[in-house]
Amino acid sequence: MLKHLGFFIEIVKGSIITIRHFVVNMFYHILNLFGIKTKRRGAVTRQYPEAPIQLASRHRSLHRLLQRDDGKPRCVVCMLCATVCPSECIYIEAAEESDPEIQKVPSTFIIDLSRCCFCGFCVEACPEDAIRMDTGEVELARYGRGDLVYNLEKLLG
Amino acid sequence: MIDTLILLAKIVAALVWFLVLTLYLTWLERKESAVMQDRIGANRADFFGYRVIGLFQPFADAIKMMFKEDFTPSFSRRFLHNAAPFMAFFFTAVTIQAIPFGDVLRIGGKEIKLQVLDIDVGILFILAMLSFTVYGVLLSGWASNNRWTLLGGLRGAAQLVSYEVALGLSLIGLVMVFPSLRFSAIVDFQGDLLFGWLPKWGILLQPLGALIFLIASMAESERVPFDLPEGESEIVGFYTEYGGLKWGMYMFTDFMKVLIIACLLTTLFFGGYHVPWLAADGFHFPWGGQLLLPHGIVILLQVLAFNVKVIFFCWLQILVRWTYPRFRYDQLMDFGWKFLIPLSLLNIVVTAIIMSVLK
Repeated sequence: MLKHLGFFIEIVKGSIITIRHFVVNMFYHILNLFGIKTKRRGAVTRQYPEAPIQLASRHRSLHRLLQRDDGKPRCVVCMLCATVCPSECIYIEAAEESDPEIQKVPSTFIIDLSRCCFCGFCVEACPEDAIRMDTGEVELARYGRGDLVYNLEKLLG
Repeated sequence: MIDTLILLAKIVAALVWFLVLTLYLTWLERKESAVMQDRIGANRADFFGYRVIGLFQPFADAIKMMFKEDFTPSFSRRFLHNAAPFMAFFFTAVTIQAIPFGDVLRIGGKEIKLQVLDIDVGILFILAMLSFTVYGVLLSGWASNNRWTLLGGLRGAAQLVSYEVALGLSLIGLVMVFPSLRFSAIVDFQGDLLFGWLPKWGILLQPLGALIFLIASMAESERVPFDLPEGESEIVGFYTEYGGLKWGMYMFTDFMKVLIIACLLTTLFFGGYHVPWLAADGFHFPWGGQLLLPHGIVILLQVLAFNVKVIFFCWLQILVRWTYPRFRYDQLMDFGWKFLIPLSLLNIVVTAIIMSVLK
């Protein structure tokens, strides 16, 4: 019976913590309700779709293929990205290029985003700086799996 | 004829008050827990584009629940499986009829008591009806024909029975002090003043009884510190095999119990509908001041005071539910039988001694 009384003090202490949170947060909520701007907010929640979050500059988002000055992809089909990709979601087919400095260009470049794990290894591996993950696009939910297979046009666009 | 109509209106009004407030308790629970945890809580349900801090959320939930599949598993005992949620729901819903919302309202020569069922055994009636809800728990556990639901039902039954004893015993001290089981009489007693200035509320005469009642009644409502019958993290509980609106009825019953416990606490220990120093003709302050008010305003203030107190105790219960972790089952039983019941017996003895000394 005495043991329970010992718990009782701790129980009351616990409730004081939650009551303090409630009262403090409610105070700021009410101030904000009446349009008074405060430095602190009542909640740490961000209202995401309405108030998008500023992504960090190094955040890995949807891939894009970079272009040369004449609009062709910078990719030279060295296959490093496809090799390093742990999800094996990159598929490349090469075509011949008349310029002897380049020799190869991709005729197909497919990234299956439904498999991609956004590790960024392809970006690290690329010797030509042809692929980057800096579009800032993170809302990648689609209704069909086929919509997540990005081809060359989509990645260049 | 007119009396019957008044009675019907009172029944409907009490039920509507009860159900609407219960519906909004779900909203209160979500919002309050959110504020406690530095979140915002449900605020997305809109009605023609108006969100109003999520006030339409309960209706969205209700509509969702109605359109879900009414599923009865093939291995269940069909009749009992379907009847169980209604039993739990019904026996909780009738309890509101014994709660007094305010004093006698005099309107057009009629005297209307703001209470549906002013019976001599008010406390016993509510305790009995709350005990009947154990059938809903036990039957749903058994009729689902699933081992885990059966475990949940048995736990629920054991818990309800053991805390019922402490609940009843904690009220005996109160019944000794206010010598009546009739709710309106108990509330009338609490309208008096202690030492000429302190409202004679049950909490001041029976502090220990109030504490035991609060704990035992929260155990009755089977919410988190005492949610062993449900036990989300281990056995999922007695309503595993329910879906849609029937599950919703159990959920609703849970919240109705919270509300009825808040009503009971208010009525028995916190002066019911009484505002401190508000008599039938206005305020009479102990320091000599007077503020006379018309009859209608007094009744309005009383009903308002009752509502405020009830909502405060709902808030308190939700706070407790979102603060504490669960009891282990043996701790729960120990706590009921070895702590609360001896303490409530002690409360009776101490009350009796003090009363005989003061007589």
